[in-house]
Amino acid sequence: MDDLYREVIIEHYKNPSYRGSLDPHDISFEDENPLCGDHIRVDLRIDANGIVTEAAFDGHGCAISQASADLLLESIIGKSVDQVKQLKKGDVMDLLGIELGPVRLKCALLPLKILKAGVYGLGEATDDLVEAE
Amino acid sequence: MTFFNVEKIRKEFPILGQEVRSGVPLVYLDSTATAQKPAVVIDAMDNYYRTTNANIHRGVHYLAEKATSEYEAARLKIANFINANKPREIIYTRNTTESINLVAQSWGRSFLKQGDLIILTEMEHHSNLVPWHMLAQEKDLRLEFIPVTEDGELDQVVYDRLLDEGPKLVAFSHMSNVLGTINPAQEIVRKAKLAGAVTLIDGAQSVPHFDVSVKELGVDFLAFSAHKMVGPTGIGVLWGREELLNAMPPFLGGGDMIKKVLLRSFIPNELPYKFEAGTPAIAEAIGFGAAIDFLNSVGMDNIATHEHALVQSALIKLKTIPSLQVLGENAVNRGGVVSFTLAGIHPHDVAQILDQYGIAIRAGHHCAMPLHDKYGIPASSRASFYLYNTEAEVDHLVETLHKVTEMFA
Repeated sequence: MDDLYREVIIEHYKNPSYRGSLDPHDISFEDENPLCGDHIRVDLRIDANGIVTEAAFDGHGCAISQASADLLLESIIGKSVDQVKQLKKGDVMDLLGIELGPVRLKCALLPLKILKAGVYGLGEATDDLVEAE
Repeated sequence: MTFFNVEKIRKEFPILGQEVRSGVPLVYLDSTATAQKPAVVIDAMDNYYRTTNANIHRGVHYLAEKATSEYEAARLKIANFINANKPREIIYTRNTTESINLVAQSWGRSFLKQGDLIILTEMEHHSNLVPWHMLAQEKDLRLEFIPVTEDGELDQVVYDRLLDEGPKLVAFSHMSNVLGTINPAQEIVRKAKLAGAVTLIDGAQSVPHFDVSVKELGVDFLAFSAHKMVGPTGIGVLWGREELLNAMPPFLGGGDMIKKVLLRSFIPNELPYKFEAGTPAIAEAIGFGAAIDFLNSVGMDNIATHEHALVQSALIKLKTIPSLQVLGENAVNRGGVVSFTLAGIHPHDVAQILDQYGIAIRAGHHCAMPLHDKYGIPASSRASFYLYNTEAEVDHLVETLHKVTEMFA
């Protein structure tokens, strides 16, 4: 089990580096997983060249969703918005480094769904944003 | 009290003998979501498809007669099980949810009008909320809610006050699927009737776990599902008082619910068929009958006593975990359900780690989001017990929860 709750996941859950909010921000989007009520908001600052310079998330949820959010934001600092748009399920799985069943996969992918809905300027975070590899 | 041998009972349930992973036996503590099925139920359905399968009520051939008589025999067993007057008061539905929707759409639509008051409670499962939301939107009805106290019980003082406003319907859960609280149903119904209201009990959690008599309760409608009482999924019951059911228009239209069909009109069939349109879940009804036989053979009082002992033991042992908070801990009358939170650990993580030790519990809002809002938490973990659970499983749960807290320490 201890595979699922790798040290890195517990650590990012308990001591996240990117928890908080950015005000002002260039992009902010929040949504939730209706199945479990996990809720996440992501704030981003983007520079004139379209590069993510700062990122923060807030919300509540399980260790998997919260650690996924922290790891994801860590990974996009310095990336362009276009690169963020290309992120997929596989990228999150690489960050987490664990295998997940279909139910917990929803938790892991919630932050990416919200992030992508934000950068695309969509009104809601839908599964098709992250499903296709 | 007859002799209650839990190890013998466990042997009747094929699924319970398995290991979920090598060396990790299954500990099933999620019966509130759905109960496991004994071999007699599985065999009854299997046997039906192997030897009896035919459509009911219309055919005159051997199989059709046999299928019809088994299907109707199950209805009689169910009527006796809840102490109903007549089998025709037993309407087969898909589940509790459909039963409540039937009352809302048929009785509610016909007999409620703009401004009428429906009293519900804050501990309702979504299936006893949303059908009324839908009806209230359509007909501009008022919904009021009996609050849940800190102890996890219904606030009778507020209920009394609401009754003064002349409700047309009082609909409530007999036993909370989250708190485990067993509500004083007889008293709630008695007061509602004095106020002139029709009453509906959501019996999804009560009928499977203790003796429920519609005559004693004095209620007008009772809804429950087979799958929570060791029967199959896909079949449930609406019991209703005959005079009310007779006054109600049909819910779904189609075959079997008609007496006569003309090109432009129809005459509905008698009870219970008026409410059973189309080919029903025949195998499931027969399986449901077998489930009732099984529960009767064990004895509902024995089941209730066994679950009471398990949950009381669990409540005491869970106190050894300081960061654990039980929801509605002080409810005086509670069934075999314990919902809890662990400080700083999300219920999904709790459930996931317990699963690694073979323990199946539920995490989430258990289809009772408003109740969780009330307690100011997004979700909880829930362990629930049934006739096949053991004291050793309670111990395993508590020991493993200690491990969970250590992991996150």
